[in-house]
Amino acid sequence: MSLRSGMTAALPRHLHPGAWWLWALGLATAASRTANPLLLALVLAVAGFVVMSRRTDSPWARAYGFYLKLGLLVIVIRVVFGAVFGAPLPGTVLAHLPEVGLPEWAAGVRLGGDVTVEMVMAAGYDGLQLATLLACIGAANALANPKRLLRAMPGALYEVGVAVVVALSFSPQLVTAVSRIRAARRLRGRPDRGLRGLRGVAMPVLQDALERSVELAAAMDSRGFGRDGSAPASTRRVSGVLTLTGLLGAAAGSYGLLDATSPALLGLPLLAVGCLLAVLGLVVGGRTASRSRYRPDPWAAAEWITAASGVAAAVAMIVTAVTDDSGLFPSTSPLVVPPLPLVPLVGVLIALLPAWLSPVAPAARTGAVRRDPAPERIEETV
Amino acid sequence: MIRFEGVSVRYDDSAAPVLSGVDLHIPEGELCLVVGRTGSGKSTLLRTVNGLVPHFTGGTLSGRVTVAGRDTREHPPRELADVVGFVGQDPASGFVTDVVEEELAYGMESLGVAPDVMRRRVEETLDVLGMAAVRDRPLASLSAGQQQRVAIGSVLAAHPRVLVLDEPTSALDPQAAEEVLALLQRLVHDLGLTVLLAEHRLERVVQYADRVVLVPGGGRPLVVGRPQDVMATSPVAPPVVELGRLAGWSPLPLSIRDARRQSGSLRDRLAVDVRPAARPTSGPLIADVRRLVVRYGDVVALRSVDVQVRAGEVVALMGRNGAGKSTLLTSLVGMTGASAGTVRVCGDDPHGLRPRDLVRRAGLVPQEAADLLYADTVARECDQADRDAGAPAGTTAGLLARIAPGIGGTVHPRDLSEGQRLALALAVVLAGSPPLVLLDEPTRGLDYPAKRDLAAILAELAASGHAIVLATHDVELAATVATRTVVLAEGEIVSDGPTGEVVTSSPAFAPQVAKVLSPGPWLTVDDVALALRPAG
Repeated sequence: MSLRSGMTAALPRHLHPGAWWLWALGLATAASRTANPLLLALVLAVAGFVVMSRRTDSPWARAYGFYLKLGLLVIVIRVVFGAVFGAPLPGTVLAHLPEVGLPEWAAGVRLGGDVTVEMVMAAGYDGLQLATLLACIGAANALANPKRLLRAMPGALYEVGVAVVVALSFSPQLVTAVSRIRAARRLRGRPDRGLRGLRGVAMPVLQDALERSVELAAAMDSRGFGRDGSAPASTRRVSGVLTLTGLLGAAAGSYGLLDATSPALLGLPLLAVGCLLAVLGLVVGGRTASRSRYRPDPWAAAEWITAASGVAAAVAMIVTAVTDDSGLFPSTSPLVVPPLPLVPLVGVLIALLPAWLSPVAPAARTGAVRRDPAPERIEETV
Repeated sequence: MIRFEGVSVRYDDSAAPVLSGVDLHIPEGELCLVVGRTGSGKSTLLRTVNGLVPHFTGGTLSGRVTVAGRDTREHPPRELADVVGFVGQDPASGFVTDVVEEELAYGMESLGVAPDVMRRRVEETLDVLGMAAVRDRPLASLSAGQQQRVAIGSVLAAHPRVLVLDEPTSALDPQAAEEVLALLQRLVHDLGLTVLLAEHRLERVVQYADRVVLVPGGGRPLVVGRPQDVMATSPVAPPVVELGRLAGWSPLPLSIRDARRQSGSLRDRLAVDVRPAARPTSGPLIADVRRLVVRYGDVVALRSVDVQVRAGEVVALMGRNGAGKSTLLTSLVGMTGASAGTVRVCGDDPHGLRPRDLVRRAGLVPQEAADLLYADTVARECDQADRDAGAPAGTTAGLLARIAPGIGGTVHPRDLSEGQRLALALAVVLAGSPPLVLLDEPTRGLDYPAKRDLAAILAELAASGHAIVLATHDVELAATVATRTVVLAEGEIVSDGPTGEVVTSSPAFAPQVAKVLSPGPWLTVDDVALALRPAG
């Protein structure tokens, strides 16, 4: 990295959203390879610390709390299910639930009976793993503006990106329309609450949405959306076929990789070939596009460091899993104090680096923004 | 620059053409104003310029439209995007991105402008718009005037040679409209841009136009000429022109300045105030708002507002966008709860009333009148309204026939013109015969004759004992119909008094006639006509 990019990394700016996603997916991969509560807690702490030190005050950043709550719910559900329906594990009995006798064909399913500490802990470890995965995804969402990620998509996928951006800004409008039209129902002397209130709102809301989308389409057309430049039809076709075949190959390859019983050839090699084809297709398609991009996010040293730190966590965990996975899956029957293996510990701690080495997001100049759908907009002095 | 040759447009579902035999040439650097009644085909004319008609809307276009030498038959809108910038009626519905800066860049991205050029132009455009301070703000958090400026800027950044605007100031308060018009003026003078614009609020724009195109509607031939000439016979004309016609001034004045210079003799003739003195209304108290505070989160929309409205009064609520006008209206129908203070309508708190009981006390015609309408025909809508209000069958249909005669019962409410839809919504609200009638921004999209009709209806309702409150930016409407005007700013009442006193005390809220005849007490052309009658 040149000195210049090293310098700019220190200035406040938005980190490339792809870097945050790679970092978060690295952590998630690490979490998916272990059920050790200590390691999972460490991943949670690392992700949480980085989010706290680098997130902005944007609406999507506030969603992080939602992901944490969702994770907590997952743990609770997992433990309750484990206690009521789980396979019985011998050990210290915590409570005795009334057992329901099930018919012959439902053999293997249990309902009620003894609840042991071992069962609760096993379910808890499982739940914690899922919750950690959710927290990692939440962290990526909190750190990277989803719309910036879409803007960073390759040129050939530009149309898809715009469609998603439009859909994202459309849903809040839909919410506003629903509340506006529900309010109007009250003015007609009809119930504005409950199921009866909701019925009959759908039609006007849909009409409203349709009118808006037609207007938006007209505006986009007037502003040059979909100008087909000078690309010959054959190039576009080749690009399409390459991309589609590549994506199919990549999907099949990922399945092969995750499914341990499928032949080895169906795994990594197919995934690699698929990805290569898809990238080729996108490159061919992107070259013909006549669009340009306004202020693309740069990919500089800070992006490399961030992405690499996440990948390091994943690699450390995978290497441990291959060589000696005893520390990654501590026994719950009999219940033991989980060990803290050194290599994964160091790996996950590396993922903490972006908290210091990534640039701070620029302070938002946004003033007070009214969050609830109010009938009038706020005039603000410029 | 723009050339129409024998252009006719017919939509598939109608027998008569919207435009026929249009021959028009708009040279480079001209600001051309398109006027006409609602539904006369103004928007269609504008949309043929960048090919939205017929490529996007369907219909048949015969003849030829060329822009900068490009025929719109061979070039769909996207291929004309580098020559024609088009800004539709509702700027917010045309936004593709959600941040000011990105919205400005969007058009250029589609056109493939080089990144460094694009960066420079975005900075320039921010300066031209005077919006550099809000560059990274979400579009949804901007005021209506700011949004309209962003919409204009976003097409401007692509450096088109023609700018087409469909009613750019209709939804704006007077101050925001000034901002937008000042921007347009500067573009025409500094950049030599060709501007084609349609507008209902002629009092705001007619003095800036180089030429006026009158679209008479029904496929009749266009009237094209200098503003003074076209305005002399136009069915839509701003009050200053009406005043000029009444007084027989020639050349016809288009601006306050022109009119004031010619008005000396008229002012002398009107020296004696012969208007009947406005009687203080002493009807029963209908709406009583005391120390009302409304908050949305940490934003205070209304702070300690006191308003009383009596039967027979027409109260105009004025103030800039976001001043709290709509909030006060929604509080009066109980849609917005009070954070502190009390709201009483006919003695009850509207927030606690069941919807069925509410419609007998207060009715609100919302800004989007269509929100009140659900049925697929006008007749069914009227039946439904009778049932909702528990009124005898035929009540609403009767009201509608009185307010706006000649609306077919089988028409879909969404196919009605803006004015007819407002009339239908008003009829629906009146079905419950509520003592308190509220209207939010009723003149949006109404032309002058439709506004006159509305004013007559409101005056009649007030005379029959209704109390009426309307939130409006339209000083002319307020001057015509309101007995009292309340001005809100930042959620507080800054003035409350008889309309004549309130609107003449500040230039921002003064109607054109008052400005011309100041310091006389005259507000509308009708006032003047009435005063002149016994004399002449």
